[in-house]
Amino acid sequence: MSIVGTRVVRIEDQQLITQGGTYVEDLRAEALTGAVHAMFVRSPIAHARIASIDTSAALAAPGVVAVYTAADLDLAPRRTGPVVEPWLAGEVVRYVGEPVALVLTAERYQLADAAELVDVDYEPLQVVASIDGALAGETLLFPEPGTNVLQTTGGEFDDRAFDDCEVVLTRTIVNQRVAPAPLEVRGAACAWGADGRLTLWLSTQNAQIARSTVAKGLGVRSADVRVITPDVGGGFGAKIGADPEPVVLGWAAKRAGRPVRWTETRSENLVAMTHGRAQQNTVTIGGRRDGTVLAFRLEVVQDAGAYPRALFLPTLTELMATGVYHFPKVETSSRAVVTNTTPVAAYRGAGRPEATAAIERAMDLFAAEIGMDPAQVRRVNFIRPEEFPYTSPTGASYDTGEYVQALDRVLAAGGYAGLRAEQARRRETGDPVALGLGIAAYVEITGGDSGGESGRVLINPDGSVTAWTGSSPHGQGLDSTLAMLLSDQLGVPMDKITIRHGDTDEVPRAVGTFGSRSLQLGGSALRQAADEVIEQARALAADLLEASADDVELADGGFRVRGAPASGPVTWAQVAGQAELTADVWFGEGTPTFPFGAHLAVVEVDTLTGKVVLKRIIACDDAGPVVNPLTFQGQRHGGLGQGVAQALLEVMNYDADGNPTTATLADYSFITAPELPDFELVESETPTTRNLLGVKGIGEAATIGSTPAVHNAVVDALSHLGVRHLDMPATPLRVWQAITDARKAN
Amino acid sequence: MKVSIEINGRTVTGEVEDRTLLVHFVRERAGLTATNVGCDTTSCGACTVLLDGESVKSCTVLAAQADGHAVTTLEGLRGDDGGLHPLQRAFREEHGLQCGFCTPGMIMASVSLLAHNPRPTRQQVRDGLEGNLCRCTGYHNIVNAVMNASGQEVQR
Repeated sequence: MSIVGTRVVRIEDQQLITQGGTYVEDLRAEALTGAVHAMFVRSPIAHARIASIDTSAALAAPGVVAVYTAADLDLAPRRTGPVVEPWLAGEVVRYVGEPVALVLTAERYQLADAAELVDVDYEPLQVVASIDGALAGETLLFPEPGTNVLQTTGGEFDDRAFDDCEVVLTRTIVNQRVAPAPLEVRGAACAWGADGRLTLWLSTQNAQIARSTVAKGLGVRSADVRVITPDVGGGFGAKIGADPEPVVLGWAAKRAGRPVRWTETRSENLVAMTHGRAQQNTVTIGGRRDGTVLAFRLEVVQDAGAYPRALFLPTLTELMATGVYHFPKVETSSRAVVTNTTPVAAYRGAGRPEATAAIERAMDLFAAEIGMDPAQVRRVNFIRPEEFPYTSPTGASYDTGEYVQALDRVLAAGGYAGLRAEQARRRETGDPVALGLGIAAYVEITGGDSGGESGRVLINPDGSVTAWTGSSPHGQGLDSTLAMLLSDQLGVPMDKITIRHGDTDEVPRAVGTFGSRSLQLGGSALRQAADEVIEQARALAADLLEASADDVELADGGFRVRGAPASGPVTWAQVAGQAELTADVWFGEGTPTFPFGAHLAVVEVDTLTGKVVLKRIIACDDAGPVVNPLTFQGQRHGGLGQGVAQALLEVMNYDADGNPTTATLADYSFITAPELPDFELVESETPTTRNLLGVKGIGEAATIGSTPAVHNAVVDALSHLGVRHLDMPATPLRVWQAITDARKAN
Repeated sequence: MKVSIEINGRTVTGEVEDRTLLVHFVRERAGLTATNVGCDTTSCGACTVLLDGESVKSCTVLAAQADGHAVTTLEGLRGDDGGLHPLQRAFREEHGLQCGFCTPGMIMASVSLLAHNPRPTRQQVRDGLEGNLCRCTGYHNIVNAVMNASGQEVQR
């Protein structure tokens, strides 16, 4: 019987639950003997000219090995989008947290002491701390482009697009800036070998991308850099490739002639690791009173932070603008602006949560305006199953989808009609604790980079299997999932399968893990490699069985002559004894797939205090056939947790001077166990035809659906008071303010 | 100053700076790296260990304060039969971990939780783990793991 589709406990866990993982900071590699410790001196000011840097006091501090500034660095400048981003700022700093100097000390505890003694003379400049400030353009971050708007797309709108509509609504929706903040902060260790090669241990999602970035930054060949990914304590998109810091560390290790270790502090992580979301989206939605939407317009403004590291974010939001709906007329535009804040890049969903939040809020606004149930408005406008494959007006090619079914399943599981009756009852009795129901239907894109992935399978002489994947898991449990697939395909027990990844010397060509691509591309690559190995083995087994290869089949873990159960079996070990059995493939057929689903959130809002409690969340997330329900559900749980947190709690705030005011975990609100309910999962599996496994990605899906579901629920709870919209996060103060404003207006 | 701390049954003695945190003593002097540092504000709980049987965040305890006391870390946890502790087994069975970074602290906090309340309700588990942050699991399966270890029903 196939183990695929059954709940299999993870092979990763034994080490993690007994000895803990081996994260960068835990490394005790011999090559790191004598390593010095590194700390970046970071700007405490959002925008300033650097008049001078005096490192003499720091250099005289106990244990200091070196202090480096921009004046020391002899690295070629790098372009970030259309501007130059310095490795270490030497002339101008553009956000609080920007690296200005690097301190190396013999002991860890000497770092902070020495870093404080680096004396930087800053001459403050006018600060651009908001999107509006950036668009006003009174102060420019970069003189060269002469504007703070560093990317513009679309925007040639039809003035008559909404002429046929009975109802037209426009609303600006803030998708607030959040911090990915994996529990393991960023870290690296590096050492140059006698052979002139740099070995870099890095907490990253993509060793191979990191190798390219670091080699390019250092001006050396890719072959001269080896990146090794140890256990990684979460990434959420913010650990894609390599940030500037590892390049500077590699340079410093060479200059100092010593291995270097670096782990940032949590406060550094919150201001210096890239942030996510940070969009301001204006939706215009128009249609008929029967619920039909006729036209939709989305205008995206992306706050890119101080350096535009991920200009694909706003265009990905445009691509996914219409979500699960078939709208006759669609228009989008985007602008990306720079501000004196931490750079923004990928975070769990990267562009799709923002699109979903905008359209799903717009659908609720439209429903409220025409007085129709939000579920019904969605039903009227869904893309129908018979329309797939469906090319959206923005150019996305959706593979398969059962959107009506997903919504109906969560509404049935949640007892929607009963919940609406309870809501009405509370309103009639004047209960101060209001009930709110929020729906979000979503489609997202996985493997959206359209790149491929590598896979290699080797049968060892004892019949065990070693497989190398270009994917790079960091908590997803992909080792277990891939081992299950190979076990099923090769008939080899899971405990005889070893999955390896994350070392560029072992896997030179790969893309890695982001965009929920690992199973559909990395898994397909291993499927293809194993197929090739089976073909090689059949020919060898045929010789041993004295039969034609065409008559030999793999069954029950061995090779037999088809139709002759008494023949053989020839084992994998026997075949592997004949010749090396291995295949190294690149699965390049990967086209994006489009997972989808629907979420229903139930909240209680205390209208006297503004406090929101999430009572239930019911989620249907369809990513095609499930290999391991254990890890599949785990990914959904995690996604729900992070998505709910954005709706209710999380925001990275800056004051008017660009000072981050949420720069520790005492201020930045991670969601905690008592703030979440038990999750209610509804199952659904709609395969895709776009890869060998029929699977789509699940890593980001639940984040994408849950944020607007909870956000809509909060607004719904207050709708009888006249509240039509409030921005996330729905903190007690903001909710109380919305209630107060609505009461005044009425 | 010189401190002497019994860690997982073994006495570790060392000369330390006064400001040395227990978590760094455990990780660097005792060489036990399961205990992690996740923040600098005692917010995340990744560094939770048992000090004389009670859970503490070892980033907020000076090594000097633990002088002469007994510390248990994840590496020192054992079941009655010498194998996995019931919570280690339950975290694996219930998929109560993903990246694993919070897990040592989460398990140690759960040991303490069950020592005080052997049959908690799900809400009591959630409340008891409020000081331990997880970014991966959404907590659902962590609650299941603690319920499983206490011999109670789980909600998969």
